[in-house]
Amino acid sequence: MSATTVKEPWVHVVKRDRMTVGKSALIHLAGVVLALIICALVIFMLTGLNPIDVYAGIWDGALGTSRRTWVTLRDSAILLCIGFAITPAFRMRFWNIGAEGQVLVGAMATAAVMIYGANWPSWALYTLMPIAGVLAGALWGLIPAVFKAKWNTNETLFTLMLNYVAMQAVTYAIIFWENPKGSNSVGLINMQSEAGWLPSIADNKYLLTIFVVLVIMVLLYGYMKYTKQGYEISVVGESENTARYAGINVKRVIIRTMALSGALAGVAGFLLVSGAGHTISTSVADGRGFTAIVVAWLGKLNPFAMLVVAFFLVFMQRGSIQIASQFGLNDSASEILTGIILFCVLGCEFFINYRLEFRHEEEAVKA
Amino acid sequence: MSTLLIFLQKTITQGIVLLYGANGEIITEKSGNLNLGVPGMMYMGGVAGLAGAFLYENSTANPIPWVGVLIAILAALLCSAFGGLIYSFLTITLRANQNVTGLALTTFGVGFGNFFGGSLSKLAGGVGQISTAATSGGFRTTIPFLRDIPVVGDLFFSYGFLTYFALIITLLLSWFLFKTRLGLNLRAVGENAATADAAGINVTRYKYLATCIGGAICGLGGLYFVMDYSSGTWMNDSFGDRGWLAIALVIFARWRPTQAIWGSFLFGGLYILYLYIPGLTRDMQEVFKALPYFVTIFVLIMTSLRKRREDQPPASLGLAYFREDRN
Repeated sequence: MSATTVKEPWVHVVKRDRMTVGKSALIHLAGVVLALIICALVIFMLTGLNPIDVYAGIWDGALGTSRRTWVTLRDSAILLCIGFAITPAFRMRFWNIGAEGQVLVGAMATAAVMIYGANWPSWALYTLMPIAGVLAGALWGLIPAVFKAKWNTNETLFTLMLNYVAMQAVTYAIIFWENPKGSNSVGLINMQSEAGWLPSIADNKYLLTIFVVLVIMVLLYGYMKYTKQGYEISVVGESENTARYAGINVKRVIIRTMALSGALAGVAGFLLVSGAGHTISTSVADGRGFTAIVVAWLGKLNPFAMLVVAFFLVFMQRGSIQIASQFGLNDSASEILTGIILFCVLGCEFFINYRLEFRHEEEAVKA
Repeated sequence: MSTLLIFLQKTITQGIVLLYGANGEIITEKSGNLNLGVPGMMYMGGVAGLAGAFLYENSTANPIPWVGVLIAILAALLCSAFGGLIYSFLTITLRANQNVTGLALTTFGVGFGNFFGGSLSKLAGGVGQISTAATSGGFRTTIPFLRDIPVVGDLFFSYGFLTYFALIITLLLSWFLFKTRLGLNLRAVGENAATADAAGINVTRYKYLATCIGGAICGLGGLYFVMDYSSGTWMNDSFGDRGWLAIALVIFARWRPTQAIWGSFLFGGLYILYLYIPGLTRDMQEVFKALPYFVTIFVLIMTSLRKRREDQPPASLGLAYFREDRN
């Protein structure tokens, strides 16, 4: 270095190599705490309510009774399932933001089997329902994948548009199936016979859904980590050129992975209809396809981290529904709070990947 | 007035909302930021404008329309630009993932809009409708005399000033992007930020400004919807999926503002076509409602098939720029 003073910026950003799990968890926690403080301020400024009371209300709404706890757990499981659906696609750097639509068509196919198969033997019904849901979801995932693989059509926008096509398709189907006629809703399917409703295990109607999702979790973890196909997905995600050079058929991997992604979303659709709502409407996915993207991203595609994120988001949502009625707030308060929390957690990720280096005065003098 | 004339009028009003959103997203995407927060920012702009007008009209006995209009516009611009600022800070400074941040912004903005919109009607007595008659009257004032020409007046001069302003903004934006030095710099940032940086362009500043101004333009679309189209009232979720359609329109227009003009009228027309085709059954109406999305998918596929260089998205769309990364 020459004697001329080189002006070093006051602070600059340096990429970190790697961070221990504990440390990164701590940063996330800091982000959540920051979010809760900002939310408390917002709550106080908007409504004048004591934020502690409001948070207590959220806790009560999400986990206050055993029924509420089970609903929170089941909803977390379904959200997690959609998060798993996105995981292989995101690992491949294929931005599938069409999970909402894939869930919807899966739900629609399941409902179709439930409606038309009301009098079938139950083994046929219970086999065909998941198959229909899975196939429909896989098909909806395949369409953009084929175009991406063959002509490099932008998948973010394609999958986004397919969400709305799916929504219209469901509206169309509802008019077909509406019950009673003219009500524009399907109502509870097979209300009397409960045909096609997921059965209770040990008198608990939420358990089976949770169990299915846990099985998917283990299988997907194994698939991504220990199989050749899972490895191929990672390589394609890292670099398509490398993958091609290594002799991987990139097109086939894209198509296969998106079929899997759509199929898992279809499972979520099946669970929502057969296991939870027993009906079909355009709000059956209720934005979960979008929230699941956040789950997958914040969980860094790690199933265990995603589990924590999914539970936290559902916890906040269910709690916010409760505080909305308890304090006479508008329902949308929950979306504002969720938004603020997401902003903070997304922002805090910066400190996991980068660190700030401040100017060292002594060194500057030495130079 | 004939049905056709009414249809064309409604097509234009529907299209203007989308045109604002598309313009805002075009300038944002030209800087390399794919902001999926458009629906959120449109809600924020709309509700802020409405709240501004509402508070102003409630504070004076005789509200002056143009003052209300100014307040509403200012509030809408500031609030939606703030949405853009949140997105910018997270994606540009903190390098968060753009898709996820955009979706979070949409969640936040839609919640923000419905919360304040719903709370406003509660303040007004809980009847579900609030009135900002003077201000919305100001927004809906048409050009005198010209308006009275038969047919031509109905078709071209029956709208509030924001309609014409949308067209002016579109032309200005097109001129800015393709005819000025600053526009060239901005496009360079979106195509390849590292090269732009090497050429001495302040990448961060361009990205921030483009995204915030883009947010503000989107907000005008929300404002137009609330103050002009809905006559200064608020219904939760009545804005619907127009924000996503605006993003679709950007693709349809292949990132060119002037193409977005006729695209917005096409989308606006398709959006309401089902109301004007006689004898449509309810299920067929739903098929017609999906038309704008089918058209967008079709255009998306066609542009990728033809691979014309000038039709492609900005090359670094969706990627954060970090100077110390080697690409």
